[in-house]
Amino acid sequence: MSIAEANQEAVERIQSAEPELIGIGTVEDDLPDIEDKMILHAAPPVDWEDMCGPMRGAVIGAIIYEGWAEDQKEAEAMADSGEIKFDPCHHHQAVGPMTGVASPSMPVWIVENKAYGNRAYCTLNEGLGRVLRFGANGEEVIENLKWMEKTLAPVLDEALEKAGSIDLMNMTSQALHMGDEVHNRNKAGTSLFIREIATYLMNTDYDRETISSVLEFMRDNEHFYLNLSMPASKATMDAAHGIEESTVITAMARNGVEFGIRVSGLGDEWFTGPAQVIDGLFFPGYSQEDANRDIGDSTISETAAVGGFAMAAAPAIVGFVGGDVNDAMDFTEDMYEITLAENDNYNIPYLDFRGTPTGIDVRKVVETGIKPTINTGIAHKEPGVGQIGAGLVDPPDECFEDAVRAFVSEYKQ
Amino acid sequence: MSAESITDLFDKKLKVINIGLESFARNMQNEGVEVVQLEWTPPAGGDEEMASLLDMLED
Repeated sequence: MSIAEANQEAVERIQSAEPELIGIGTVEDDLPDIEDKMILHAAPPVDWEDMCGPMRGAVIGAIIYEGWAEDQKEAEAMADSGEIKFDPCHHHQAVGPMTGVASPSMPVWIVENKAYGNRAYCTLNEGLGRVLRFGANGEEVIENLKWMEKTLAPVLDEALEKAGSIDLMNMTSQALHMGDEVHNRNKAGTSLFIREIATYLMNTDYDRETISSVLEFMRDNEHFYLNLSMPASKATMDAAHGIEESTVITAMARNGVEFGIRVSGLGDEWFTGPAQVIDGLFFPGYSQEDANRDIGDSTISETAAVGGFAMAAAPAIVGFVGGDVNDAMDFTEDMYEITLAENDNYNIPYLDFRGTPTGIDVRKVVETGIKPTINTGIAHKEPGVGQIGAGLVDPPDECFEDAVRAFVSEYKQ
Repeated sequence: MSAESITDLFDKKLKVINIGLESFARNMQNEGVEVVQLEWTPPAGGDEEMASLLDMLED
């Protein structure tokens, strides 16, 4: 197979993906290859000693949440001891926003790509403010996670059983027409999900107060849909991974220290470079000095033709990540230079319903010097403070260049 | 191009396509010349190693 044929196959698999939400499980019961005392995190791989502040904070919180330690000091000692096994979510068919920390008992959305049969997983979004994904690990954070495990997840799971499954490609497509790009703007997606699930929730056997608490939780968190769009993107891109000779990028992720990519024809290797400090808009009282380096698996969005690649669909987002409306249009236009196709399912009304740029070709990134446009939330570098702003990522050149070198070494020498 | 045709060229109104460095285009625009700027950079920003690797990966 030539590179062109391999890439055509990869694009075909992306275009024909059918990611559907089929239920809720747990990390330990549903994700493949989960070991005892294993904690997952945002990719690429990173050792405990090298983790950034927010990721260490989230790990400590997860240890307490699991009941493996009584307090923060004990939890930190446990992580220091080497007893905990750390692994990226991506190595277990999963993704996680920001620190991406997920431990065995945590509930996960189960998304199945009906066209290819592969599944992807993601924890449920905890809400804004002091939350584990930003490294917070206080009592209220653990209590919220327990409520999600004991109430939110089972109630939503019963509603989903009644719903059958929910077509996430269709929902994302609608959200793009309503001003989301489903990475840093999820207002429409969250509303659409609530609209879809509400009737089924009312038909569960749970009491009115419990159902009301679930609806309120979703209503108060406009990023609730992010943790659904991410596994939908992961399920889409995993089906395009592992095609010999394909130069399509199938994953991009950052662990707060390194930015990494995977390429379809290059197996499970991560090509990495230093994660950047984001230059963006900061909430009052914060500046770039407070910012952690770029972090999270949420760049699976851009890999799958949404997020920064669909910014022209979400002009309102510039008030959040910086720039003006023309910039949002330009960001999407530029991405056609480094991609192989226009998306059949996601399109942009303002661009006369042109499909979003689809299938990043690592060769084109290196050839043009145009790097993927990624918008992202900015975490405070201290654990638990939370989100302090949002902006645009400037991925490191090294990861794309190293992938090209590896590709030549694998296939042409 | 003969010397005569070069003379002819300068007798006509120039229409220029400038490829690459935009400052060349700006200089001519300042002189009132109609210029179309074509954005172009050498492959891989001129990095010879990467350009040669990319050549090996052409479709």
